[in-house]
Amino acid sequence: MTKSKLQRLAALGSAPLLAALMAGPALAQAAAPAAPKIDSGDTAWMLTSSVLVLMMTVPGLALFYAGMVRKKNILATLAQSFGATALITVLWMVIGYSIAFTDGGANNALIGGVKYLLLGPMGLNATSPLAATIPESVYMFFQMTFAIITPALIAGALADRMKFSAFLAFMGAWLLLVYCPIAHWVWGGGWLGKAGALDFAGGTVVHLNAGTAGLVAALMLGRRKGFGTENMAPHNLAYSVIGASLLWVGWFGFNAGSAVTSGAQAGMAAAATQIATAGASLAWMVAEWIVARKPSVLGMISGAVAGLVAITPASGFVNPADALLIGIAAGVVCYLSAVHVKHIFKYDDALDAWGVHGVGGALGALLTGVFASNAVNSASKGWLHDGNLHQMVLQLEDIGATFAYCAVVTFVILLAIKSTIGLRVSEEVEIEGLDLNLHGEVVQA
Amino acid sequence: MKLIKAIVKPFKLDDVREALVAAGVEGLTVSEVKGYGRQRGHTEIYRGAEYQVNFLPKVQLEAVVEDSAVGKAVEAIKAAAATGKIGDGKIFVLDVEEAIRIRTGETGPAAL
Repeated sequence: MTKSKLQRLAALGSAPLLAALMAGPALAQAAAPAAPKIDSGDTAWMLTSSVLVLMMTVPGLALFYAGMVRKKNILATLAQSFGATALITVLWMVIGYSIAFTDGGANNALIGGVKYLLLGPMGLNATSPLAATIPESVYMFFQMTFAIITPALIAGALADRMKFSAFLAFMGAWLLLVYCPIAHWVWGGGWLGKAGALDFAGGTVVHLNAGTAGLVAALMLGRRKGFGTENMAPHNLAYSVIGASLLWVGWFGFNAGSAVTSGAQAGMAAAATQIATAGASLAWMVAEWIVARKPSVLGMISGAVAGLVAITPASGFVNPADALLIGIAAGVVCYLSAVHVKHIFKYDDALDAWGVHGVGGALGALLTGVFASNAVNSASKGWLHDGNLHQMVLQLEDIGATFAYCAVVTFVILLAIKSTIGLRVSEEVEIEGLDLNLHGEVVQA
Repeated sequence: MKLIKAIVKPFKLDDVREALVAAGVEGLTVSEVKGYGRQRGHTEIYRGAEYQVNFLPKVQLEAVVEDSAVGKAVEAIKAAAATGKIGDGKIFVLDVEEAIRIRTGETGPAAL
């Protein structure tokens, strides 16, 4: 990377920091009345959950995606997940956690504060008001793993054709300008969470968000060269099966971990997650069996991921029977969106970031409003069980706000990168392969 | 003398070899090849994206036999390689002008 590119990257990274600084000084919080008690059971489970979610990205998502690309782009695809993991870890530590999950004072509805720059106030025994029974270091780490996987998911839409430099710049800018604000709105004390929108583990914050960014990126990058004429069959679906399996297992950290405790709520979220995933995998498989005459392995694992996505916002709010319905709905709807809708509109969301994560996330968020039950979680009142139709309005508001904000800001970020670094590799590089040209390495045999 | 050239499904190679041995064919050359016929390969589908795979792996056998043995050898290959499904392959029979055993210098049918 040249020096000027580094400078541009640094400029992109510091922009939101400056914006936040100018937005007004963080108000001093009232001193905590009593030190919250750290629970060793909760802490153990949240440490476990954090590493499970990290495992979802490396190697889970990395392998899931790498198996679906052509052989010449395997390493480049793995490098995207791995590179994003490292970059986002650092940015999260520098300022991401602060603007997403700490108090923003007067601007708290929109964005968190900047006091946690470089995690300064996070001492050994610190706790966050959002997670009173575990050390703040664990909560920060847990949320960091979410911040890592969300942008990394977008890579599915950009496969095979984006410059690595542009990719890293995009990851950094998107984390700070899109993920952090939206995470703050829903989970960090911002306006959507305050209004009562329900998103247990990230149906909108993570999946609709990443899917929307993927759709915008796929449209802005354009189709892969040879799309529709050349053979772009996955090089090694066995990698994808391993990756999807790691995602499935890791997702218990994602969903059950989002209880931020190790009690009944986590247990119910884990059960709902497993049930919905199985239902979705079977539903996609059966739909494909009927339409295309064969139950493909790619279909079975795609269905499982669709189910995991859709149960994510609902996992801590719904009972097992409704979880099964959510899973079945996700399997069929995501099958239609990733396999049929995409080919009607001919956009090249190469590995279906939008078709599975965007559509599945929005569907899950909506069904969360339908099936959320006060009997499962005292913090929620849904439409079907509790007669709370207003919850549907809140869910739609959450979906609409996430989609609109993400689409606009993603577009602006990509436009800025396009006019500086450039988004796409040259045609020659694309044909010859990203592994050799971007990384100087190839996979042998 | 005739050259029998048969292109068959790879998993049928052992069956064909045994049938040829039983039919009295003494020698055989085998190569792994790729190709297609009237079906033009097969179709793979990944999340709705269809790809035509033109060149399918096949095995090509070559054996030179005396004119009188051609009928029996062809029948043996036909019976052993058949599954009844598309892609079973083809058999070609060509004239051979001369055969020479390198070690002894024998020529003609004696060299087979």
